[in-house]
Amino acid sequence: MGKIFTFLTRTRGIGRLHWTDWASYAYLLFGIVIMFGPVLWLVLSSFKSEAELQRFPPTFLPYAQEMISIEGYDKPLPLFEITNGEFAGKQAGQVRRIGLVSQLVRPEAPKDLIKMPLADRKPVERIDFAFENYGDLFKRFDFLRYLWNSVFITTMATLIMLLVNSMAAFALSKYHFRGRSTVLAMIVGTLMVPQTVVLVPLFLITRELGMLNSLWGVIIPGAATPTGVFLLRQYMLTIPDEILDAARMDKASEWKIFWRIVLPLSAPAIAVLAILAIMWRWNDFLWPLIVLSQNDKFTLQLALNSFQGQLTTQWSNLLAMTVLVLVPIAIVFAFLQKYIATGIASTGGK
Amino acid sequence: MTAVLNAIMNIIEIPMRFAQRRLGLRRIAWVFLLPNLILFGIFAFLPVILNVIYALTGTDQVMLNDRTFVGFDNFITLATCTNHLDPNTCTQDLFWRAIYNSLWFVTLQVGFMVGLSLVTAIVLNGKIRARGFFRSVFFFPVLLSPVVVALIWKWILQREGLLNAGMDAFGLTPYNWLLDRNWAFIWSIFLSVWAHMGFYTLILLAGLQAIPRDVYDAALMDAATPFRTFRRITLPLLMPTMIVVLLLALIKGVQTFDEVYAFTGGGPGSATTFIIQYIYETGFAGTPRLFGLAAAASILLAIVLIGLTLIQLSVTRNKADG
Repeated sequence: MGKIFTFLTRTRGIGRLHWTDWASYAYLLFGIVIMFGPVLWLVLSSFKSEAELQRFPPTFLPYAQEMISIEGYDKPLPLFEITNGEFAGKQAGQVRRIGLVSQLVRPEAPKDLIKMPLADRKPVERIDFAFENYGDLFKRFDFLRYLWNSVFITTMATLIMLLVNSMAAFALSKYHFRGRSTVLAMIVGTLMVPQTVVLVPLFLITRELGMLNSLWGVIIPGAATPTGVFLLRQYMLTIPDEILDAARMDKASEWKIFWRIVLPLSAPAIAVLAILAIMWRWNDFLWPLIVLSQNDKFTLQLALNSFQGQLTTQWSNLLAMTVLVLVPIAIVFAFLQKYIATGIASTGGK
Repeated sequence: MTAVLNAIMNIIEIPMRFAQRRLGLRRIAWVFLLPNLILFGIFAFLPVILNVIYALTGTDQVMLNDRTFVGFDNFITLATCTNHLDPNTCTQDLFWRAIYNSLWFVTLQVGFMVGLSLVTAIVLNGKIRARGFFRSVFFFPVLLSPVVVALIWKWILQREGLLNAGMDAFGLTPYNWLLDRNWAFIWSIFLSVWAHMGFYTLILLAGLQAIPRDVYDAALMDAATPFRTFRRITLPLLMPTMIVVLLLALIKGVQTFDEVYAFTGGGPGSATTFIIQYIYETGFAGTPRLFGLAAAASILLAIVLIGLTLIQLSVTRNKADG
């Protein structure tokens, strides 16, 4: 026992674990529970049937009661185990329940009806994942439409943003022209007016351009971001001008230099910006909420929010939908977390 | 995919080549800038000007020429109170409630957020195993959408939820958390700290790792206690990063809307209604749509944000120079 303890508390550095190390690991363990726990709970709950979700206190895993077919009864009966009395330890199907009395029938004696108090039997259960929660989303809800809206907005907005911002970054990093610093200062200026403070005029402009209740109304207004221009410009400044001059000697047009030389060389910065843009767009809420008011134009986020407000919505479908909205981001994070972390740290969020 | 992209780029090249021949090498930069400048002009600069016009005009019409000039009436309506400490006496009581809610929320949320992020960053900076893993444990909620975050916690806090089950197991009475004004507010703070602290932890961790090792070695030579090392070395050297984190958290905290709106809908009553929700409800959700009031409130918010951003930019610049 002592040896195991010594082994477990061995450190890579010098000496034993200090009490501060114990405190650190305790804190981190607590962190895992509080950060991962809720998400795990959501995913497990999403596989429970609506009846299972009503159960209090809830169980960890999703269960469903076993059913048994007994001769003489058309439908399978819910299976119970008898815990008390003459037939203790035997299993039986419940025919009906009247008040506090349960009428059961054993498979080996289908004609013999046993009556006993509810407390004397307990349900036989097995683990059962209610995949129909997910199936329902496609059958009863217009899930694919919302998914398409979200995917379309995310893809188009990201592509347009990358093209427009990288062109601007190219101009601001590779040319010396009169007014460059003015343009730069103007772009810094827009950092100070986030979308949240110009909602009313932005609504008017989007309306005048005929983009209300259109997916383009969500895509276009956010396409030029000061963050994107800055991130790419800083990176492009590190590309030596000699490469560009060499290409000019070979009579390459400026556009060709931009997309054949500078863009490929900026790939790491573009990747970071692309990931950020995808996340911003996928999770966007307030602006789509204002622009898109027709149900068939909703993004996944809007659909999720409007479902949770409806009384007819069942938790089982809502939870399944939440998981499906979460999954793409989880996948992106699992594969690209290094880029995301550096990207977010270098841009300071939005 | 690549073929399509190539084709598109080749098509764009034709007008670009023409423009280059006409304008020359110097002015071609403007052509590259043009799409971005148009978008910025229409969707960033023009709105700022229009916002002022909206704030100075009345009626529920959205078209500018249908609106009547009312001067500073919208601002006066917002500001009129018999007693400014009691929102019930104000003409726009929701506005003042939203302001007080936002003030409380931002103070507490930013306090907890920066404190917890600092603790987490220090723990992660210690000699622990699997640092990368633990870092992403704290970071991943940053990527979740606000609605998802809200639903995750709503599910845990509901009447038959996990928290109440846990309390039941310990013999405590289950509670309807989100129907209580104070608890709904406290859980909103909790939820937004949970969702965003990973971001600030990441920045603070980078700041901690930028402190040179030899300073600590010197402290070790002088037999400084860990507490003293923290107070005299870590904290002062981390200060610039702390200030940036504090300002970023303030800028974002003031604009809190998405997750709390999806979590409580601003309720119960108006217990968790913040300033952005006031703007949204006055301008877009309610009837009549009071665009003027919403714009006036936006301008007041913008002033606060511009102030905070200017401080942040100057701090960041000083940090970069130093």
